[in-house]
Amino acid sequence: MSNYALECINLNLMFKNHHAVKDFSLQVEKGKTYGLIGPNGAGKTTVLNLLTKVYKQNSGDIFLNGKNTKKMDSTQINRHGIARTFQNIRLFKEMTVFENIVVGLHNNQKYSLFDSIFRTPKYFSEEKKIRERSLKLLSIFGIEDKADCLCKNLSYGTQRKVEILRALATEPLILLLDEPAAGMNSSETMNLFEVINKIKNEFEMMSFIVIEHNMNFIMKICDYIYVLNHGETIAKGKPEEIQNNKEVENAYLGGQYAENK
Amino acid sequence: MKRQNIYSFLISILSLVFGNFIIGSGFISNSYKTVILQIGIYLIASLSLNFTLGYLGEFTLGHAGFLAVGAYTSALLVKNGMNFLIAITISAITSCLVGYIVGVLSSRLRGDYLAIASLGISEIIRIFIVNIEIFGGPKGLKSIPKYSNFLLIYSLVILSFVVFKLIIKSKHGRTIIAIREDEIAVKSLGISTKKYKILAFCVSAFFAGISGALWAGNQGILTPGEFGFMKSVEILVMVILGGIGSMTGSVISTGLLVAFPVIFQIFIPNMNKYRMVIYALILILVMILRPSGIMGKKEFKLKNPGGNENE
Repeated sequence: MSNYALECINLNLMFKNHHAVKDFSLQVEKGKTYGLIGPNGAGKTTVLNLLTKVYKQNSGDIFLNGKNTKKMDSTQINRHGIARTFQNIRLFKEMTVFENIVVGLHNNQKYSLFDSIFRTPKYFSEEKKIRERSLKLLSIFGIEDKADCLCKNLSYGTQRKVEILRALATEPLILLLDEPAAGMNSSETMNLFEVINKIKNEFEMMSFIVIEHNMNFIMKICDYIYVLNHGETIAKGKPEEIQNNKEVENAYLGGQYAENK
Repeated sequence: MKRQNIYSFLISILSLVFGNFIIGSGFISNSYKTVILQIGIYLIASLSLNFTLGYLGEFTLGHAGFLAVGAYTSALLVKNGMNFLIAITISAITSCLVGYIVGVLSSRLRGDYLAIASLGISEIIRIFIVNIEIFGGPKGLKSIPKYSNFLLIYSLVILSFVVFKLIIKSKHGRTIIAIREDEIAVKSLGISTKKYKILAFCVSAFFAGISGALWAGNQGILTPGEFGFMKSVEILVMVILGGIGSMTGSVISTGLLVAFPVIFQIFIPNMNKYRMVIYALILILVMILRPSGIMGKKEFKLKNPGGNENE
C-alpha cells in the first residue's frame, strides 16, 4: 500500500487515566534514520513498545511493509522485520557473547530436536554455519576476541554492542535503538556513533529509529526527528529545524527559562 | 567425537558392567542394594526437574504428578503382560502428554502462580488415581512384576543425563536457557517462547515418567499416597541442594540425600533417633554456607560426566 517500511497512523494508548501516547503518526522510509526525543516520561519508549507489541494500542494502526500488524505479537513482529534493543540492556547475562548472537540467529538454524539429540550430520553442518555467521557479525565491531566471554563480565559499551549485534542477527528491516548511548562517556558515545554509521554502510536498506538524550549524537545521526512531550508530537522535522524550534526548547528547559531568555 | 566424550562413554560402560557385577555377586547386602537402586530412580527424577527448574527457570511443585503417571501406566501395562521396555516407553510418553499441559500453563502463568497451578495438576492426578477402580483406589496396586534391575536403571540414568546434556548444547537448549535469562528479549528476537517452554516441560516429564516407571518396577507395590506433595518437595530439595542449573550438582546431592539414612547408620549408629533433626540441620547449613547449592551453576568436570552414578 505504500513505499514506507513502517507507517503508524494516529496511535493512541491509555494507561488507566493517563494518556501515554496521543495521536502519534510516523512514516519510516527505507534506509533512513529517525530520532525520537523528548523529556523524561514523554512516551518515547512507550512508542517503541507499541511498535514491538509489548503494549497494544487502544486505537490507530501500524503498517509494517504495508501489512497491518494488529494481529501480530512481539515474536511475529520480529519475523516481519523489526528488531530492537532495550533501554536497560537485556542480554542473556549468564551466556557467552557467542551464544547471545546465536540465539539471535535462531530462526536461521534449521534443525530439529531429533537432530540435536542424535547429533546428525545436519546438526554439525548447521552449527558450523552459525558459528561462522556469528563471528562475521562480531567482526563488524571487531569484538571476535570476546566471543567466549560471559556477557555479565563485559564493559557497558561492549554489552551495548553485543545487544545491537544480537538484534542485527535477526536480519531486521528496521532497527529500534532505545537510548543506545545512555550511561556512556563522550568517547564511548563517539565510538557508538561510528558503530552505527558502520551498520548503516553495511546494511543500506535498513532504517533506524533512535531514542536518545544526547543532542549532539541525535542531531548528527538522524535524517528526521520527532519530538514528544506528554505523549504528543510537539514538533517534527529535519535536525536543523528542530534545533531552532521554540516549543522544543520550552519542553526541554521549562517555559520560564525560555521566557527569561 | 571429542576425546573426552570417548573417555566418558568408556567409563560409563565400564562402571555399568562393574556395578552390575558387584550387585549380582552378592558382596553388597540387600538393604544397600535397595538404596543404590533408589538413588538411580531419584537421579532421573531430579535431573528431569532440574531441566525445567534450572535451565528453563520455571518453578513447579508438581513433579510427583509426572512420576505418578509414569508409575501407574507402566505398572498396569506390565501387569497385563506387556514387555517392560515397551511399557516404560509408553509411560514416558503418557507422562510427556501431562507435561504438555503444564507447559501450556507455564506460557500463561508465571512464578508463584505456576507453582500453585502445577501443584494443582499433580493433586488432580493423585485424586484421579485414588478414585478410579482400575488403579486400585487408595489401597493401590499390588504384585507388580519387579522388572527394575541395576543395569536397566543405571542405563536409563546415563541415557537421561546424556540426552539432557545434548539438548542443552544445541539450539533448543540455548533458547531454553535464554528464556531463563530474559524472556522479553527472547520474544523480541522472533522466537516463540511458548513453544520452547512446552518443549522443556515435555522432555522433563518424559524422563520423570521413566523414573516413575522404574519406581513401580522397583517397589512392586504402588499407593497413590506416595505421590503427594511431599514427594515433589523431596525432589525439589535434591535439585536446590545440588545447585539449580547444575546437572552434576543434582547427581551429587541426590546421591547424598537418598543415601543419607545409610551413611548416618554407618558413621554415627547410636544417634539414630536424631536422624531427621540432623538431616534438617544439614539442609539449613548447606543453604547458609552455599546459598546457590553445592555446585552452584557450575558443572563438576572430570573425565566421567556421570559423576557418582555407581556410588
